[in-house]
Amino acid sequence: MASVAKEWREIPGRYNLQGTKCENCGKIYFPSRSFCPKCRRDSIGKMTPVKLDRKGFVYTFSVVHEAPDCNNRQKPYAVVMVKTSDDILLSGQLVDVEPENIEIGMPVRAVLRKLDADGPAGIIHYGFKFVPDY
Amino acid sequence: MDVGIVSYGAYVPRYRIKPEEIGRIWGVDGKAMGKGLMIYQKSVPSPDEDVVTIATEAARDMMARVPDVNPEDIGAVYVGSESHPYAVKPTATIVAESIDATPAMTAADMEFACKAGTAGIQACMGLVGSEMVEYGVAIGADTSQGAPGDALEYSASAGGAAYLIGTKNIIAKINKTLSFTTDTPDFWRREGQPYPLHGGRFTGEPAYFRHITSAAKMMMEAMETKPEDYTYAVFHQPNGKFPTRVAKQLGFTPEQIEYGLLTPNIGNTYSGAVPLGLANVLDHAKPGDRIFVTSYGSGAGSDAFDITVTNEIENYKRENAPTIERVLENPVYLDYGTYAKYKGKILMSE
Repeated sequence: MASVAKEWREIPGRYNLQGTKCENCGKIYFPSRSFCPKCRRDSIGKMTPVKLDRKGFVYTFSVVHEAPDCNNRQKPYAVVMVKTSDDILLSGQLVDVEPENIEIGMPVRAVLRKLDADGPAGIIHYGFKFVPDY
Repeated sequence: MDVGIVSYGAYVPRYRIKPEEIGRIWGVDGKAMGKGLMIYQKSVPSPDEDVVTIATEAARDMMARVPDVNPEDIGAVYVGSESHPYAVKPTATIVAESIDATPAMTAADMEFACKAGTAGIQACMGLVGSEMVEYGVAIGADTSQGAPGDALEYSASAGGAAYLIGTKNIIAKINKTLSFTTDTPDFWRREGQPYPLHGGRFTGEPAYFRHITSAAKMMMEAMETKPEDYTYAVFHQPNGKFPTRVAKQLGFTPEQIEYGLLTPNIGNTYSGAVPLGLANVLDHAKPGDRIFVTSYGSGAGSDAFDITVTNEIENYKRENAPTIERVLENPVYLDYGTYAKYKGKILMSE
């Protein structure tokens, strides 16, 4: 079972693609970082929240046939790297499309879906997945 | 002060199943069943969809159409459903977080069988009209349940729509709302039970028809209107047959209810049904159009609304989100086995 507190901390990123931007060098990080590994101490106090564009395109993908329990009702399923319109690479699941119809370069958008649940009594984890953006 | 709809958004999952496929499994003439109910296919949520995800999609489309509205000015979020994923833990907080409306706002989940969405619209009208909040969000959404083999399995589907209620830049003014409510046990689901039970034919005359016709007549009497004064009408649609019959009883024509009747194509989306029907009407509406709306929730009650579309709809960015017609394009049809897997009807090891 995942930590409830950890899940809660990740809500801004998982629901609304909130990352951070280093105001020193301009680099955007997702998931959020409190510190820019490039600017190091110069980034202290200069990491600001930034929301990524929910639209992008498939940069690359892979089809998963051996699924973890949380996805065993959706297999085979695709995991994708998506380049958002603000040029950030994100990884996630691509749903609502048959794997044979996925193409590199196809436009997609992030939507909120169930990722997993801590059994029938635990919390439900929601977060972004991608769907084709027709 | 005029109170009305500032924006709306709608969502229906992409999967469908036809009544003949359900009937094939249970030894029933599904095609005849579908014809009797006037339901030719119903929507099915994918395994990773529930009321939270459906309500969020609808609410995000609603906000996309009003880019000038600051989500922090939303003072209330109500999600009406009878299939909230949690028994205790609000759907509304997750949706509110997903549209950046938190934290200076109130939120709650509502339940009144199929009319919890319109009950939310009424609550928002009160808050907005009394200037307690600037905007209120009311959502009706469901991933409704029907026991395997039960008549409900041919109709219970999934979908929802979201409404931003306010006083500024309203695309549709709500001239009046009123309700007709009694204790009528026509359909219920006890705490912890996976599927609802219903009173069979008892769900008709003393329940659906009595409440809808009473609320509708009260509204037309209060507004001194007749059916022909309205461009469109939307009635609750547990199947295609009931709203068609109630419209006729009240004196509305098939043309008036055409856009507001989605159930034949998507099934009964319960709390989402009237909000989705109204969304399809608004997709086609022009300034000056008058819309008559009456929802129904088992248990039982009806909320009636008299609505006039304003000139503001000409400036409204409807194109920023897909219309219902677009949402319903390219469905994927499931066989019963896949449907049962998607709906979690197959017992799996934890």
